[in-house]
Parts: sequence; C-alpha cells; structure tokens
Amino acid sequence: MLEIKNLKARVAGNDILHGLSLAVNAGEVHAIMGPNGSGKSTLAQVIAGHEDYEVTHGSVTFKGQNLFDLEPEERAREGLFLGFQYPVEIPGVNNAYLLKTALNARRAHQGLDEIDAFEFLKTAREKMAALGMDPKFLNRGVNEGFSGGEKKRNEILQMAMLEPELAILDETDSGLDIDALKAVAQGVNALRSPDRAIVLVTHYQRLLDYIEPDFVHVLSEGRIARSGDKTLAHELEEKGYDWIREAANA
Amino acid sequence: MATESEQLESLVNRRYEHGFVTDIATDSLPPGLDENVVRAISARKNEPEWLLEWRLQAYRQWLEMDEPEWAHVHYPKIDYDAISYYSAPKSDEDRPKSLDEVDPKLLETYDKLGIPLHERARLAGVAVDAVFDSVSVTTTFKEKLSEAGVIFCSFSEAVQDHPDLVRKYLGSVVPRRDNFFAALNSAVFSDGSFVYIPKGVRCPMELSTYFRINAANTGQFERTLVVADEGSYVSYLEGCTAPMRDENQLHAAVVELVALDDAEIKYSTVQNWYPGDEQGRGGIYNFVTKRGDCRGANSKISWTQVETGSAITWKYPSCLLRGENSVGEFYSVAVTNNLQQADTGTKMIHIGRNTRSTIVSKGISAGRAQQSYRGLVRVMPQAAGARNHTQCDSLLIGKDCGAHTFPYMEIKHPSAKVEHEATTSKISANQLFYCRQRGISEEDAVNMIVNGFCKEVFKELPMEFAVEAQALLNVSLEGAVG
Ligand SMILES: Nc1ncnc2c1ncn2[C@@H]1O[C@H](COP(=O)(O)OP(=O)(O)OP(=O)(O)O)[C@@H](O)[C@H]1O
Ligand SMILES: [Mg+2]
Repeated sequence: MLEIKNLKARVAGNDILHGLSLAVNAGEVHAIMGPNGSGKSTLAQVIAGHEDYEVTHGSVTFKGQNLFDLEPEERAREGLFLGFQYPVEIPGVNNAYLLKTALNARRAHQGLDEIDAFEFLKTAREKMAALGMDPKFLNRGVNEGFSGGEKKRNEILQMAMLEPELAILDETDSGLDIDALKAVAQGVNALRSPDRAIVLVTHYQRLLDYIEPDFVHVLSEGRIARSGDKTLAHELEEKGYDWIREAANA
Repeated sequence: MATESEQLESLVNRRYEHGFVTDIATDSLPPGLDENVVRAISARKNEPEWLLEWRLQAYRQWLEMDEPEWAHVHYPKIDYDAISYYSAPKSDEDRPKSLDEVDPKLLETYDKLGIPLHERARLAGVAVDAVFDSVSVTTTFKEKLSEAGVIFCSFSEAVQDHPDLVRKYLGSVVPRRDNFFAALNSAVFSDGSFVYIPKGVRCPMELSTYFRINAANTGQFERTLVVADEGSYVSYLEGCTAPMRDENQLHAAVVELVALDDAEIKYSTVQNWYPGDEQGRGGIYNFVTKRGDCRGANSKISWTQVETGSAITWKYPSCLLRGENSVGEFYSVAVTNNLQQADTGTKMIHIGRNTRSTIVSKGISAGRAQQSYRGLVRVMPQAAGARNHTQCDSLLIGKDCGAHTFPYMEIKHPSAKVEHEATTSKISANQLFYCRQRGISEEDAVNMIVNGFCKEVFKELPMEFAVEAQALLNVSLEGAVG
C-alpha cells in the first residue's frame, strides 16, 4: 500500500526527516509515536503533498505508483486521506458542500456517478449519529468556530464518508473527551478491512486501547528509531523516550 | 513542485472568454464633440425640441465642468474628441419586428456569450430589451407586458410614444449637472431602456437588458429610467459583456429609478466587461451614475450587483430615502484581478423619517488589482429614527493586491442608529491545501471559498441570474490563488 524508502525532507530550510523507511501493507494498522518536534506531522504532510515540505531524497510509493508524480488532489482521489493535526477553518463554505464536493471528486475518479443528494444526506446523517455529531454541523462553515474536539470529529466524519484506502490520522485523539475518543475509535475500526490501511500518529497509549495496532513505531530525530508490536506502546508509556534516543545514538 | 506564486499566476492568467468582435457594418458619427454632434444625435432620433434643448444645456454645463480625479484609480487622460458619440447597426431604418429578422451575426454574438436570447427569454419568461451598441435591436414579450399596462421599451421609443412620462421623470433623480460624466451622458446619450409600472401593478416577469459594447472606439452613453408608480413592483436585470479591444473604451451610463408610495424596485446587475489583458491594456472605463429615489412613503429600492469586468470602475449606486419609512438596500460583489481598478460603493441619503438602509459589500481582489470601497451614510436633520447597517468584507487572493475601505458617515439627527462592520480575509495556502487533500482541485477550492464569501449577495439575485453570476465569478478568478 505505502512504501517509504530512505526519505529525507526539509521545511523552511531545516532538515527534518533524515532517512526514514516504513512499509504499510493493506489490512494493517500502524501507530507512530515520538517526541514533540520529531517529524511526525512533517511525514504526514510530505505524504499528502504540502508544498512547504521539500523532499530532498528517497522515494514513496502508494499502491505501486510514485507518490511524488501525483498532485495532492490526485493522491486524495486515489484514496489517501490525512486527518490533520490542526484542521483549518474555511468560513462561509458549507461543511456539507465541501464533503459532497470531495466525495464526488473521488467518485468521478473511480468512474462513478455523482452521489444523489438524498443518498448523501442520509449517509452523512448516519455517520454523524455514529460519531455523536449533531446533524446541524452539516450546515455550518467548514470547521468555523468548531471546538478542538468538534474539528477532530469532523475529520473522522470526512474519513468515514470518503472511505479512503490509506488513512493517516495525525493526533486525531488529542483534545478529545472520553466519549469522543471512543466514537473516533469506533469510526476508525469501522474502516478497518483487509484492503485498507491506517496510520495513527498519537502520543497516547489510551487510543491504542481502543484501536489495536499491528505495529508501533517510534519516530525520533527524523528516523524510525524503533519498531515493535503493541507492547512497545506500553513500554513507552512507562519509560518515556529517552532510552530509545540513547539506544539509537549508542 | 510549482511555487505558490507561480500557481497563483497561472490561475490568474485565465483568458477573457467573451473577447471577440462582431462584424456588423455600423453607421457612426465621426469622432469629436460639439453642439453640432449633439444636434445630429437628436435629429437622427427624431427628438422633440424640448429634448434637444435639454441635451444642449447639458452639453454647455459639461463644458464648464472638470473631469474628477480620484485617489484610487489611475488612467491616461481621456481624449473626448477622439471618441465617436453615435453608432448604430445599419439596419436602423427597418428595425426587426421579431427575432427572425435580427441580424444572425448578432444572435451568434449572444450565443457566444452563452445567452441564447429566444430560448432564455421563453424558458425563463424574461422580456429582453437587448441593447447592441446604441440602438435597441429587439424587444420581446411586449404584448404580455402591455396587457398589464407595463411599458418596457427602448429609451428612443419612449421619447416618441410616452413623451410626457419621459419629460416628467428624466433628470429628476440625476440632474444634468450632477457630475462630469452625468452631464456628458445627458448631452449625448444614444439609447437605453425605459420602464413604467402603473399603479398597483406587480410586473408579471423579470425585465432584462443585456448591454454590450461593440463598435471600436465608440463611447457608450446609455440612459435608463425606471418609474414604479404607487403600490407597484418590478425586478429589473441588467447584464453586459464586451468584446476584446485594444483601445480603452469609455462607458458613462446614467440610471435613474423612481419609486412612488408603497412601490418597490429591485435592480440587479451582472457586469462582465472586458477588464483588459494581463498588462492592463484595453478594457472598459466604466464611469456610471446610478441613483434610486424612494420618493414615496414606504417605498423600497434594492441594488444588487456582481461586477467582474472593466479596466476601471467608478460606480456608486445610491438611494435617496425621501419617503417616510422608505428602505434602501445595496448588495454588491466586486471582483478585481490583474491590473483592474475599482472604486465603488454606495450612498444612502436618509431624508424621510424612519428610513432604513442596508449595505452589504463584498470585495474580492486578486493579482495586482486595487479595490476601494467608499460608502456614505448621511442622515439629514429631519430624518428622525433613521437606521443603517453596513457590512463591508474584503477577500484577498495573493499578496500583491489591495483592498481599501472608506466609510463616511454624516449623522445630523441624534436618534439615528448607524452600524458599520468590516472584515478583511485572505484565502490561505492552508485552506487550499486542506481542500486539495480532500480531492478538490485548487480552482474548485477557490471557487468554493469565493462563492461562500459572496453567498449573502447571491441570494438577493433572481435565481437564473445567481447561477450566471456564480459562473462568471468562477471564470474571472480561474487561476487566482494565494
Ligand atoms: N512550516 C514550518 N516552518 C518551520 N518549521 C517547521 C514547519 N513545520 C515543521 N517545522 C519544524 O519541523 C520540526 C518537526 O515538526 P513536526 O510538526 O513534524 O513535529 P511532530 O513530530 O508532529 O510534533 P508534535 O508531536 O508536537 O506534533 C519541528 O521542529 C517544527 O518546528
Ligand atoms: Mg505533529
């Protein structure tokens, strides 16, 4: 699904990723943890194609294609979804309208007809109910005046509607209350299937109690410093990151 | 990967789709302006003596006036002697009686503009008084309107058929010497539209006029007069585009609206004149005087406009709120791109008691365009209980454009309630990236954000016009990102 080889990237003149390699196969759930500033969001933004992030070395393939040959919107239509750490507000643009436009862009790419307006609303309402979102959020501006947790739920709603093949969720669990965390976890678990993959960027073991990862990676100083199974997350919770840094620099 | 500014530019550099010239033989006066030209125009139109006299006085007043200078628009000095003041399609004498008789080239022109005239008119039930250059070529739905007693015809026809009405109201809202361009228009206006809605009549359909500038180097001096008698209602639509030309073209129209007791006029404009190329060459100079007079008690006048064209726009649709409880509204979207300059806004003059006005102005600037909003709210000493709400929002696309807001308030009655809100926002790279990450192209994302920004104004437009306006905006901004 996703194959990252020796990736180096910089932003604003600073080298952030220093040769990162990672392979994510269909059906898998990966968790990426790591200290603040270690480059987790940078990795996510590079994969999504943000123009501020410059790739200086390495390769990334997505479903066998060179990811860097695709514009950000093409990546999205191919089934790549990024749940943003800081979802942006777009005042005046109706939330439902953005959602429908996004969905239809993906459907057009798949050779499908535009979704029927009635069908769209019905599906959106169902998914919102599952996420504990009031349907009136459909008629608000995109993330306009949403609380931190509401923004994160809105990201999950978009993911649930778009049914991506690869979802990267950048700290979608941060700022969520316990109920929201469960709802978000449920949304992610509902997406789990043998032909999809999920990458969770998180700081907390808590999320992984609800979404059981197949692999846990620690990103430190722009590299994957350690990989393991879910027990690694527990170990990190106990010991912090220092021992990994020491081991990596030893 | 292309940089943001490169992408911005490619978005901005969208060609003007409606730039073409229709080849129709025109019967024009040679360039230049003196009393003989004024007499010649009047004679060609077979006008009564009083109107010739009215024009001549306007001409003499114009001679004594100076062209205004404004801080925020710049253009080379206009040579008024290089302009031809009259141009009409050759077929003037035997005017077409129906669309079948209309020059097919002209119909083709409308087609290119996406305005299949007969289709549109029939489907939408819209009566169209199409002004091509200076003379009305075709008018539809006249019969249905005349059943209701509505007069909707070209200005020249009105002068012949309804001279008393024209004489009573012409210049009663915009006096001849109101300003430099109004005086010029009064002297040399060639044609335009005339509307009269009798007492108690609700006009059975939207009245629509498509304006178009065609003959090279011909100034356009349209004159529009809309009179809504007591208790009547009319919705009037004005739209225009122009072909691509390399010289600047002057347009100085005058629009006068009169609403008597309990009458309502809704005047909507979608304006798409050639704005000039990326270097700012060509394009229309649009200096227009538009004013509505709420003369009667409980009358209402609304201006709604979507402007995307012109090299230079100078335009302040205004309302004189004279009748007690009268209402003035101004809803505007103005888009400026590349080197376009726009200095627009409105004036709400509260004269009667308990008069109310609403101003919603949405300005969008892209490229290197400069846009100024100038709004005047004046509450006269006798206007007890006057209220105004002004909202003025600017959206910037890219970093080389500018938006300026100049709200003026002159409040001479202590009971007046006047509110002003202003915002400036930018389409940010992160907003666009967010949309793109959801599979939406950059262009669609810009359109989505711009349309969201303009929603409040679009909802004031008649349905089919709103769709057109939205499409027009998308065309004007294709490529403009930042
Ligand atoms: N646009 C930018 N301009 C300048 N520096 C940036 C930019 N984006 C990221 N950086 C820097 O790159 C480094 C890595 O940031 P990144 O956001 O990837 O960290 P992170 O691992 O996601 O951290 P956190 O856990 O706090 O979210 C940081 O030092 C950050 O300051
Ligand atoms: Mg981060």
